[in-house]
Amino acid sequence: MNDVEIMWQWLTDPAQWSGPNGIPVRVAEHLAISCTAFAIAAAIALPIGLVLGHRGKGGLLAVNVGNIGRAVPTFALLIIFASWDAVGVGTTAAILALVFFALPPLLTNTYTAMRGVDADARDAAVGMGLSGGQVLRRVEVPLAVGLMAAGIRTSFTQVVATATLAAIVGGGGLGRYVVDGFALQDPGPLLGGAVLVSLLTLAAEAVLAVGQRAVTPRAVS
Amino acid sequence: MPFVSADAPPNPWFSWRYVQENADTLLAATLEHIVLTVSSVVGALLLALPLALLAYRVPATRAIIMGIGGLLYTVPALALMALLWPVFGLSKRSVVIALVLYALLIVIRNILAGLDDVPRDVVDAARGMGFGRRRLLVYVELPLAAPSIVAGLRVATVSTIGLVTIGALLGYGGLGNLVLSGFVANEYRAQIMTATILIVVLAVIADLLLVAVQRLVTPWAKEKAR
Repeated sequence: MNDVEIMWQWLTDPAQWSGPNGIPVRVAEHLAISCTAFAIAAAIALPIGLVLGHRGKGGLLAVNVGNIGRAVPTFALLIIFASWDAVGVGTTAAILALVFFALPPLLTNTYTAMRGVDADARDAAVGMGLSGGQVLRRVEVPLAVGLMAAGIRTSFTQVVATATLAAIVGGGGLGRYVVDGFALQDPGPLLGGAVLVSLLTLAAEAVLAVGQRAVTPRAVS
Repeated sequence: MPFVSADAPPNPWFSWRYVQENADTLLAATLEHIVLTVSSVVGALLLALPLALLAYRVPATRAIIMGIGGLLYTVPALALMALLWPVFGLSKRSVVIALVLYALLIVIRNILAGLDDVPRDVVDAARGMGFGRRRLLVYVELPLAAPSIVAGLRVATVSTIGLVTIGALLGYGGLGNLVLSGFVANEYRAQIMTATILIVVLAVIADLLLVAVQRLVTPWAKEKAR
């Protein structure tokens, strides 16, 4: 049997599709880790990005945080959290590392989207007597939402892809198969897991692409 | 030892003694990290250039090339390494090829963006002066696209320096090997932290070097370098 046949046998083995280590459980874990991390990152980055973008200040900060954040490898961050007594090995370390992974691009992107709003539209709204908060809610956000959604889509997809690393520190998810497959040199879980996690990431991308189209005003897209 | 006090716990994050005693190991891992990164980014550039030129010249191929690049960029880097395993096993080649494929989209996109932004007038002027396609490309289009291309290389390089660490699962992760082996060996914090700091320092130095390259290849845009 060649490696692809072994992979196919592994993927189609009913035993892989049930039980606490089964594929459905791993998919659920993978999505839970990704969604939790992304939700936390978005809850922090979006308001800050919106306010900085609205004020038009702190752009350098947003961009620099983005650049420095990119330089710290998620793999190392994950292991630092897992080796830190306050966190320890497991899913929490993975979620924390992913929050730090998702924060910088979300912040930079939200800020950039807000700054991309036509200055004339903003001035007109101010001239019409709208308050700062009203300008933000009624003018800037509706005009920036398309670009913001594009950034959210890329960011979330990257989080789902990177959540594969969670298994290195004993977190769950589909990375379990890949990491174990490498350790055991077993083509079944190694290739099967790689295919599954790739499909899950592509599916996440596809779903968010639909979402992005739905929230983007036609005039902006 | 500025970082370790007398009553520090036995497993400190920062240990100058660790650095001194393991200087050779750290140096070797750093060199491996640099070699893996440079091979991957240069490989990505060499593969991206013809693909981007094809997409630029033959618009029909553009969607296909960008689609495949996007697909490769979406797939997790670790999964790419896993999928290369049947062919290349646990080797440097698996790591580098996976990172080349991963960086491809960023580089192609920036080359294309640079070429797309070359002003029509400039191209027409060069044509009028009798420039053929190749001379136009080498002396006009590519130099004008250079800032965008180098900007793409900056993003690709910083991202690759981070992703090389994942190669540790195959045994070829440069400084990532030290991060992983430090974790496996009872969470040897000084090793994990030292290697991580070196990775970040590498990323910052590489980025600064490429900024310098950017200024060098575009002397006319001195004040506009980001």
